[in-house]
Amino acid sequence: MKYGYYPGCSLEKNARAYHESALVVAKRLGIEFEETPDWNCCGATEYFAINALAGYALVGRNLALAARQKLNGQGNQLVAPCSACFLNLSKTDHYMAESPELAEKVNSALAAGGLSYEPGSVRVRHLLDVIVDDIGYMTVAEQVRKPLYGLRVAPYYGCLVVRPDYQHIHDEPEYPLCMDGLLKVLGAEVVDYPVKTHCCGGHMTQISEETALEMIRRLLKSAADYRADVIVTLCPMCQLNLDAYQEQVNKHFGADYHIPVLYFTQLMGLAFGASPKEVGIGKEFVDARPALAKIQEEPPQNAKQKRSRPPKGALPMPSMLSHHKGGGQ
Amino acid sequence: MNHKPMEEARIGVYVCHCGTNIAKTVDVAEVARWVGEQENVVVARDYKFMCSSLGQDLIESDIKERGLTRIVVAACSPHMHEKTFRGACQRAGLNPYMFEMANIREHDSWATDDRAAATQKAKALVEGAVRRVAHHTPLEPLPVEINPNTLVVGGGIAGITTALELANAGYHVYLVEREPSIGGHMAQLDKTFPTLDCSACILTPKMVEVGQHPNITLLSYSEVEKVEGYIGNFTITVRKKARYINEELCTGCGICEEKCPKRVVDHVFEAGLGYRKVVYRPFPQAVPKYPVIDRENCTYFLRGKCRACQIFCPTKAIDFEQEDEIITFQVGNIVLATGYDLFDARRIPQYGYGRLANVFTSMEFERMVNAAGPTGGKIVLRDGVTEPKSVAIIHCVGSRDKNYHEYCSKVCCMYSLKFAHLVHERLPDAEVYNFYIDIRAPGKGYEEFYHRLLHEGTHFIRGRVAEVTDAARQPGEEGKLIVQVEDTLIGKQRRIPVDMVILSAGLEARHDSREVSQLFKMGCDFDGFFVERHPKLDPVATMTEGIFIAGCAQGPKDIPDTVAQGAAAAARVAGLIHLGTVMMEPVRAYIHEELCSGCRICNTLCPYNAIVFHEDRQVSEVITALCQGCGTCVAACPSGVISGAHFTNEQIMSQIEGVLWDVRRNGNGKQPTVNIQQSTANVQQPTVNEP
Repeated sequence: MKYGYYPGCSLEKNARAYHESALVVAKRLGIEFEETPDWNCCGATEYFAINALAGYALVGRNLALAARQKLNGQGNQLVAPCSACFLNLSKTDHYMAESPELAEKVNSALAAGGLSYEPGSVRVRHLLDVIVDDIGYMTVAEQVRKPLYGLRVAPYYGCLVVRPDYQHIHDEPEYPLCMDGLLKVLGAEVVDYPVKTHCCGGHMTQISEETALEMIRRLLKSAADYRADVIVTLCPMCQLNLDAYQEQVNKHFGADYHIPVLYFTQLMGLAFGASPKEVGIGKEFVDARPALAKIQEEPPQNAKQKRSRPPKGALPMPSMLSHHKGGGQ
Repeated sequence: MNHKPMEEARIGVYVCHCGTNIAKTVDVAEVARWVGEQENVVVARDYKFMCSSLGQDLIESDIKERGLTRIVVAACSPHMHEKTFRGACQRAGLNPYMFEMANIREHDSWATDDRAAATQKAKALVEGAVRRVAHHTPLEPLPVEINPNTLVVGGGIAGITTALELANAGYHVYLVEREPSIGGHMAQLDKTFPTLDCSACILTPKMVEVGQHPNITLLSYSEVEKVEGYIGNFTITVRKKARYINEELCTGCGICEEKCPKRVVDHVFEAGLGYRKVVYRPFPQAVPKYPVIDRENCTYFLRGKCRACQIFCPTKAIDFEQEDEIITFQVGNIVLATGYDLFDARRIPQYGYGRLANVFTSMEFERMVNAAGPTGGKIVLRDGVTEPKSVAIIHCVGSRDKNYHEYCSKVCCMYSLKFAHLVHERLPDAEVYNFYIDIRAPGKGYEEFYHRLLHEGTHFIRGRVAEVTDAARQPGEEGKLIVQVEDTLIGKQRRIPVDMVILSAGLEARHDSREVSQLFKMGCDFDGFFVERHPKLDPVATMTEGIFIAGCAQGPKDIPDTVAQGAAAAARVAGLIHLGTVMMEPVRAYIHEELCSGCRICNTLCPYNAIVFHEDRQVSEVITALCQGCGTCVAACPSGVISGAHFTNEQIMSQIEGVLWDVRRNGNGKQPTVNIQQSTANVQQPTVNEP
């Protein structure tokens, strides 16, 4: 499959590891990316807060450019690995379709650059959604060369990809499971991370550090409580906050967290047999190498013991609904 | 095509205002004026309420004085008032089938605010009725005998009530229940709100009465497979699933259950909180007393070994060779009392059911507090030992929520209050928190019960819970379940750490209610609940004659309302049985014998087997008493010689021509266009022309 690719600013700077690993994984899964030519910033959160119309026009330009991509006639799908980019692109498309008035205003702005955008003509996708839905767990499983046995991972979705879920792609926006399933396919031990869709604070670090550090602390604490070796993310903002501010959280709260924060594509790349360097391991602030050293050759022995009987007299535990998407596990 | 009526028709047309229901949107005076100019229309009037006795008098006197031979009333749906106006015709000496109704309310004035378009459509509907009625012929209704037996589907408190009411009135009832025992959800409950009387104590005498009643044939562990026929004459096919127990030999001693070496989680009666054996009775007071063998889990059926039950049974009642039995019988009426399913709390994962051990559903808690339940009535955490020091009860789980069910489930507030009371009673030191949106306590003694709970010291926090989590933030939260909620009365986010969470799940339609409604050929709403004939005035009848509904199958309701509906349905059925016959619409197919080619295509298509073939004359004939007027043969006849009374080709084609009166063919004669513009010029404010 061939997709348009919109890396966004962060993947060119602080999230190079995401960019590099995404390309490694895509290549292995037969996903072809064609970067949208001459793309610009999506406006992040600030632009929309200050001048919404300018924000829509800014994003509209990217959609207009993506709509012009040929992509071998395989449908106009634009993949954005960054959560904020994904949200802004799908939000703009959604509101332009909903309001012809807005579409007209955006298009009159785009006309100045000789562009126009017909809402709905580009389907905006998140990288995780493409891998789980289009490629499927089965195909991913076939690529696994070095399973992540013994690695306890906390899947962290953050807020922007799952909510408000304009395209209804998520099994459960309040408690998604698609990345949990993906990480299980890689052989990792996935913890039931209760704060998986809680906010990382976004740019709060620049506005009220006190508030931001508390939000980050909650996420780190929960991962530590669940004895996670790694927090797995799909968003450059979340990665930056949890990784770069971890030291400050430790200082501020007198804590001692050392939980590396990696992109899901980095773990996929490692499981596919790529070298740590190829998937950008080493670019993170909290060194991931001690955690990754826990990966074993064989599946952990205690996996079987977990299915042991509950203590005598205990009441039966209800089962969970199984509604994982993708090609099955 | 031009269909001329046989004799000169003298038609009277009456356009109803229905107060402002129609007149607000349709220019009724203009419709009456315009239709008065149409062919065969002798008199056309508009009137405020045609259904009033004055309105009906108007029709009657016009028939007598002006010699009208056909009547059209343009008003509401024929479901509302067709009978009314047919009666008026009859009183004036006109055959009631010389009448036609045009629905300009539900199909027109209520569907739009556009006055010009509504008036235009009213004219089309009225013109269709006028042209149709010109071809009506006098018909006589057909008497149908009512079989005095009744089928009741569902053995919960609704079905039990219906069955007993009818049986005690002297009529025979077939009561079909899917589970091994009757009793339904009520048998699972501990106490009932607001009086706190024991559910089993008030239910079991009724169950026993059903089991012993000479007028009730109880078919438990059975399902209806096929329903044929119509009011008065239904043929029912029931599959009686194999119990693998010979009921004639079984004494219900329970030794098989005791000796069975395998236990499984009971997801039905114990709501997943407890276990049952593979050969089991759901509960000790089960009616009938015979156990069933759960074939899917039985070691003998899985591996061909074990037979412990068979070895120990003192009366040799275990029969592994038993097969499902198909039973067929005749009934005159059917009552569907199939009940509800509890909303599956796992569908809201942020509340943690299935992930967090100490989150329970309301039905699990109901079993827990029941003295006959898995914990013997002790309130404990999932470990089976620890008593909770604090309990959170979350209201509206799956109800009043656009993501799941928009409706209110009606009973959850009250049973949540009951739960709070039971916790106070059994664990006096425990804190109880109720998280609610609104407390809905409309019922006799309900509000008083709420006040009682306020005095018992339950904490009431108003707000929809965002999540239940084990992610502790502060030292006081460690090891607890934290309920995160916006307290809308103080306008603050709160985090309440508790030991146990109970999810007050709503009631939803049975998962298979849609298939059931198709089986019985009756309606089911968007949420899956069965649709009553009228939401206020006919809540237990359905649009299908002879089929009635009762209890939660119609919508969420508490026990008193369910019992009232069960009894109401029985009264309706008893009324019909007492009459002995009902008059049916004479809408029947008729084969013009002289034109029939004897091809026999209609013979096999008829779903009611109502067509016979006469070998001697080589023609087919419709048996009027069996025909249901479905029209299948009429459409299928290759010679076009079957006509459906009251739905003849002439009547339908004329009506279509009438409805399309304003479609004019333009120059090339190909493209029909609708001429609405012209009529908008005529639109005026309504003027009431009292006749």
